[in-house]
Amino acid sequence: MPDRKGDKPLVTEKKISRRTLLAGAATAAVVLAQTASGKSFQAALTKSELHLLEDPTKVPGVPPGTLGTRSPFEKPAKAPSDISSRTPLQDLFGTITPSDLHFERNHNGVPAIDPAKYELVIHGMVDKPMVFTLADLKRFPSVSRIAFLECSGNYRSAADGKITPQQICGLTSQSEWTGVKLSTLFREVGVSPKSTWFLAEGGDAAVMTRSVPVAKGWEDAIVCYAQNGEAIRPEQGYPVRLFLPGWEGNINVKWLRRIELSDQPFQTRQETSKYTEAIGGGKIRQFSFTIDARSIITYPSYPQKVERGWIEIRGIAWSGRGKVVRVEVSTDAGKTWKPAELQEPVMDKAHTVFRYLWNWNGQLTEILSRTVDETGYTQPFLKELMAARGGNMGYHFNPVTAWYIQKDGQVLFKAT
Amino acid sequence: MFCQKVRSMQENMTKSGIFIGAFCLLFSISLTAHKTLTSAQNGSQADTLDYPRTFGFGRAATLEEIALLDTDVRPDGKGLPAGSGKVADGKLVYAAKCSGCHGVTGVEGPNDALVTVKNPADQKTKARSKTIGNYWPYATTVFDYIKRAMPFNQPGSLTDQDVYNLTAFLLHENGLIKPDEVINAQTLPKVIMPARDFFVPDDRQDGPEIR
Repeated sequence: MPDRKGDKPLVTEKKISRRTLLAGAATAAVVLAQTASGKSFQAALTKSELHLLEDPTKVPGVPPGTLGTRSPFEKPAKAPSDISSRTPLQDLFGTITPSDLHFERNHNGVPAIDPAKYELVIHGMVDKPMVFTLADLKRFPSVSRIAFLECSGNYRSAADGKITPQQICGLTSQSEWTGVKLSTLFREVGVSPKSTWFLAEGGDAAVMTRSVPVAKGWEDAIVCYAQNGEAIRPEQGYPVRLFLPGWEGNINVKWLRRIELSDQPFQTRQETSKYTEAIGGGKIRQFSFTIDARSIITYPSYPQKVERGWIEIRGIAWSGRGKVVRVEVSTDAGKTWKPAELQEPVMDKAHTVFRYLWNWNGQLTEILSRTVDETGYTQPFLKELMAARGGNMGYHFNPVTAWYIQKDGQVLFKAT
Repeated sequence: MFCQKVRSMQENMTKSGIFIGAFCLLFSISLTAHKTLTSAQNGSQADTLDYPRTFGFGRAATLEEIALLDTDVRPDGKGLPAGSGKVADGKLVYAAKCSGCHGVTGVEGPNDALVTVKNPADQKTKARSKTIGNYWPYATTVFDYIKRAMPFNQPGSLTDQDVYNLTAFLLHENGLIKPDEVINAQTLPKVIMPARDFFVPDDRQDGPEIR
């Protein structure tokens, strides 16, 4: 940080809230500031300097910069564990997840890959085994698609109800993905018509592998190098990842370095002893790729507190099978259901915003949402889902989630 | 996938009350629908029809560079390297390289349990456990996974000999092979895994049914 005595910052942010003032910390606010020499930086203001925030119309603002910044007053954050990090669904608006808030699930960390040395090898049951550099991939005809990406292990509950949408199902995010269709590369290497599966392998420390049906590769798979208009973030697979719209996160192999065409699945660890689920009768379901329809109300949600009167209930709905055709909301604990408004355009295999205007009378109740997708599938209640799977939970668990609205306005999660 | 769309479209047509007396007429309409949807849904292929036969981007891969990356092992044993492993030798490798994370006997953790507890006090523990003996349907996966991803803090550092030895040891600890059995490219695919019969392909139908 520059020497603030000799190079006094010009403060250019809006008024801070009374609550921040009352917080009484030694650092009273963090603002964007500019040095006399023109560099902008984030500066901490002491209490004695807070007057600088009072009228931003009386001091020059920060000049244009090389990178945009998030307001220092906004602090959305992913919630990391050792193996994953969750998107703060309750803090987002619309359907595009800011790239730095996209969820992460890694199997041995995020690798550092030099794009100049990056290569994708495609071999196996092909006419011409080939190697593509990043520059090669970018020369091919490109395609962009907005779609969600969700980890199949994405349901958590809490007995005391103190759990946020981020904690319940924050392993889903949405981006505009850009790259070359895998079908284009399949044509280039001459994939054998007898090939039925391909192996996708990552260049991370897990050298993670999954088997994918070749039909999906022809249908809509994308070998992506961009996310939301820029190069894919390292956490999302820089420089290249596989994207399979509507399919469970793990199979969208990040840091993609190799594709091997075969006539059978490889039975990798991830698709055998990992991303499989018990469904009762001693059976374990395997190769369950598609994400079933789901929704969650993100406002109001825990730990928020609401006031009596008009509340716009907001949330997201999605299905890996296709488009969301309807979201129904109940404000009386599931006795009656009303259709929510869907934000257009509703896209295939994409997070879709829904809204429902509600006048809360201040009485204890429960609010719920459920999605119906274009295959006629209705998001099930937890009991229905468990009954259908022999009492098991596990991967691909997409139950209706409900929120208690207590008399004092406190919102708490309720497992249904 | 597009077949599923066709199915749902046929259902929609029926639901929307199109009454057609003759079955053959319905059949022909279904065929038309199929054709339309095939080209529309399968846009990936339709788009590429105007593409040149080849763009000429990229270069031919050499056998050497493919071999360097291609370590995967299929259930039929394709991809297994030369060499063989013994249970007793694997025990030493395990103690040195694996026990820190998986426990002295492969049960204690702190990371994933690898070995099935033979007589657990709680039967449910055994049922849920994703150990090699309980939950891994193919023995070849053990070799493939250890070779590519383990040890966690030094992935890719083990020799094929180490991996064969470890595979033999872990299969034995799970009661799947005898102490003197040798594991190699011929014997590994033949190891019978109890979990094999439990695995079923996705039974969801892409329709209204909750499964």
